[in-house]
Amino acid sequence: MAVNELTERQYCTFYLDGHFLGIGVKEVQEVLKYQYMTEVPLADAEVAGLINLRGQIVTALDLRKVMGLGARKEKLPMNIVVRSDDGPLSLLVDEIGDVVEVEKDSFEDPPETLEVSFRHLIKGVYKLQEKLMLVLDLDRAVFSLVEA
Amino acid sequence: MPKKSGATVTIRGFYMTSTTGDSGGQIPEEVAEFLVESYENLDRLDQDLVTLESDPQNHPTLSSIFRTIHTIKGTCGFLGFEKLEKVAHVGENLLSKLRDGVFVVNPSITTALLATVDAVREILSEIESTNEEGNGDYSALIATLSRLAAGEEVVDTPQVVVEEVAPVEPEASTEPETIQTGASAFVFQRKAPIPQSTAVVSESETPTVVEASTPPAEESVEVAEATQTPREEVGAVAEAKGDHDKEKAPSGSSVSDANIRVDVGLLDKLMNLVGELVLARNQILQYTTSQTDSSFVAASQRLNLITSELQEGVMKTRMQPIGNVWSKFPRVVRDLALSVGKQVAIEFEGRETELDRTIIESIKDPLTHLVRNSVDHGIEPPEVREKIGKAREGRLVLRAYHEGGHVNIEISDDGSGINPDKIRANAIKKGLFRADQLDKMSEREIVNLIFAPGFSTAEKITNVSGRGVGMDVVKTNIEKIGGTIDISTNLGEGTTFKIKIPLTLAIIPALVVAAGGQRYAIPQVSLVELVRLEKDQAATDIDSVYGAPVCRLRGNLLPLVYLCDLMGTSTAKVDDDAVNIVVLQADERQFGLVVDSVVDTEEIVVKPLGKQVKNVDVYAGATIMGDGKVALILDVMGIAQRSSVISEVRDRKLKELSTNNDSENVERQTLLLLGVGDNYRVAVPLASVDRLEEFSPDVLEWAGDNQVVQYRDSIMPLIWLSSTLGVPAASDPDAASIQVVVHSGHGRRVGVVVDRILDIVSVAMNLEKVSIKSQIMGSTVVNNRVTDIVNIDEIVQDALVSFIDATEYALSSYGG
Repeated sequence: MAVNELTERQYCTFYLDGHFLGIGVKEVQEVLKYQYMTEVPLADAEVAGLINLRGQIVTALDLRKVMGLGARKEKLPMNIVVRSDDGPLSLLVDEIGDVVEVEKDSFEDPPETLEVSFRHLIKGVYKLQEKLMLVLDLDRAVFSLVEA
Repeated sequence: MPKKSGATVTIRGFYMTSTTGDSGGQIPEEVAEFLVESYENLDRLDQDLVTLESDPQNHPTLSSIFRTIHTIKGTCGFLGFEKLEKVAHVGENLLSKLRDGVFVVNPSITTALLATVDAVREILSEIESTNEEGNGDYSALIATLSRLAAGEEVVDTPQVVVEEVAPVEPEASTEPETIQTGASAFVFQRKAPIPQSTAVVSESETPTVVEASTPPAEESVEVAEATQTPREEVGAVAEAKGDHDKEKAPSGSSVSDANIRVDVGLLDKLMNLVGELVLARNQILQYTTSQTDSSFVAASQRLNLITSELQEGVMKTRMQPIGNVWSKFPRVVRDLALSVGKQVAIEFEGRETELDRTIIESIKDPLTHLVRNSVDHGIEPPEVREKIGKAREGRLVLRAYHEGGHVNIEISDDGSGINPDKIRANAIKKGLFRADQLDKMSEREIVNLIFAPGFSTAEKITNVSGRGVGMDVVKTNIEKIGGTIDISTNLGEGTTFKIKIPLTLAIIPALVVAAGGQRYAIPQVSLVELVRLEKDQAATDIDSVYGAPVCRLRGNLLPLVYLCDLMGTSTAKVDDDAVNIVVLQADERQFGLVVDSVVDTEEIVVKPLGKQVKNVDVYAGATIMGDGKVALILDVMGIAQRSSVISEVRDRKLKELSTNNDSENVERQTLLLLGVGDNYRVAVPLASVDRLEEFSPDVLEWAGDNQVVQYRDSIMPLIWLSSTLGVPAASDPDAASIQVVVHSGHGRRVGVVVDRILDIVSVAMNLEKVSIKSQIMGSTVVNNRVTDIVNIDEIVQDALVSFIDATEYALSSYGG
């Protein structure tokens, strides 16, 4: 299907601890500026808090913690709300980038040099003109968190 | 705009919502309506038939059955479903004979009729999925029904396993009988005599095994024919006037113009909207407090009232009597009892008890499982029952009633009860627990093991149980909706499962508290009271027993849980503030939750947590507060468990039991009050004290590793109570003398060294088990101080073990 092909090649990009990452646009519900969060004491470290998204309560996960990156300093995180089987889920990222279109043949497997724990959560790399975009594996990084 | 997903309530269609609501469905609307209606009627049929079997004279029921089948037959003829029409037609023929009293219901007829219901249901579901009647062959059933209708006895009816025979009591009603059905005075005369060999069933509406009797073969057909014309009226009249001779007609049979059928999805949507409205109302009310415009304030108060009423109204539309779930149980029990060769009567109490339909949905499976379980494992086979002097027929009672914002459902059987020894053995065999672990458990805990995952007490797995829905699933499902399940069982007398569930899940009254800069909602159902201690009072009333904080509340000790500590957040309150205690009830135990402040009470809309957070046991969900921020709802049970308040319950109860037994008549006990360390008070029963002595430190001598004194011509070992109990010794070690409590036991005297001997008091022993140490029997309040009662005998015994080397055992003769 044409739509499918299109979305496959469109990525919502964001920055995380200096990395440039992307999530397929069809997995993204919306993108939000910083939202007030209610902390959830005793929950896993990845859980940053709960957000009121138009009357619906959405769990926010700190993607830095998920990816094993250092803590965010000063700047307030932004939200990328993705769809999951369990309803929407918000991922906290440093900054949101553009939606980019990629060429299929610019894809490569994640470089071997990436740290294993990080590499595990990356589907692959798109070579964009000016930089590399890492494709986040949502299933492994986010949706599987509960079973872990 | 992204679609809102993950609504708070699971929306499950009421049979047909998927097809009727779906624009893509290919089923014509009139067929869909026919299906909805027929399914509903069929559910009632199951129940009616079983009722009829136990009470063959129940004409309203018989008429209702007849009418239902007749309606199905009529409608499907109209819609062109020939096969269905044929099945319904022969069923109707048989029923008309029954109704006209040509012959009386017997098990083979009931079974054939139930098979008809099944066949109709099968065809209906085929129609639902394919819009065709399918390829099922019902000629055998049709033949059976025709033969039965012709008065022949049918032996090879499907699933009749009837050989168990209740003694046949010829009944008085074997004479022709005239039934007058009320004002309309339509007289329905039974023309044919009822055969003498009729089997009669017990009074209750029961699936009972009765003798397959021989219906008369040669009853005149004209009789049936003759009454054929007015039968609709008969049915209607009998229905409307109903139950003269028997208990209530089965529920749901009164259809009137005042009722309309509403799609459940719509109700769910309304409920969600009301939930949102309640939130918006809360926001406006909060805003109102800062407003002075009186007309605005008045308007918002009106909004408040209307919202509350609307909420209540919508809530009511979703309430359903629990009888709706129960209605299928007579059939379930009948079939199951037949297949395992048991006789079971099922009784209902409180059918009309109402519950939110989401809850009804979620208790359906657990209840069915428990009912099957009782029939399968609880109730004994008739021979066994007879041997032990019980009625051959087992009783299964389902009872539902409201109690304090909850609904209680009880399922009791008068079967064999649960044998804890069997449970023990099985738990060991399955490797769930070790024998020594089980030894420490109370009988009650052991019985509760049947809820442990991987447990099944059935000695042989029948085709009935072991369907993958174990008791652990039952428990989890009930707990999922905020309910609890409890067993009480008496070996040989029966078992009762008691389920306690909330009325509704959607909107609950809650207390909002703050701790560590966050707000939390506590469901009011678990709230007992609020206690506020001013600073001075807090200093005297809050004590610590081995680091476990307790509060003295009206003479009882209330364990305290500091919410900030539990959550690992720092308290936002200033030191000299008062202490706010929220007294909560978890299971049968009360505890105090210390919070920074109590904010307000509010109606909150319970929203589920995402699965990343769901596993944290201290939260029951989340809600949105008036200011739009999210607040977590505390799970009182979870908090109690996490802060181990709950695990002490049993200790305390056991202790209560044992002290009650020991001192049933001795209300007061005399205690020797002792000071240990700088600030710790203990007491020992005076009866266990031999003498009080004072020694100068320089008479202490050593014997092996132990300090001893020469006392009354023997060597008396000394035990330092402070070190035994792990309390820091008093801060002035250079005291001029040491205080010793002399205790005799185990054949010798032992001196227990304490720091101070304070007083002898007589108190009412009201022991609370707060500490887990075995040397502490419990804690009580003496002279306004928390005091631990020390089990001196145990301490001495422990000390002697180390003192007396096996080879030196002869020393004990010194004690004499």
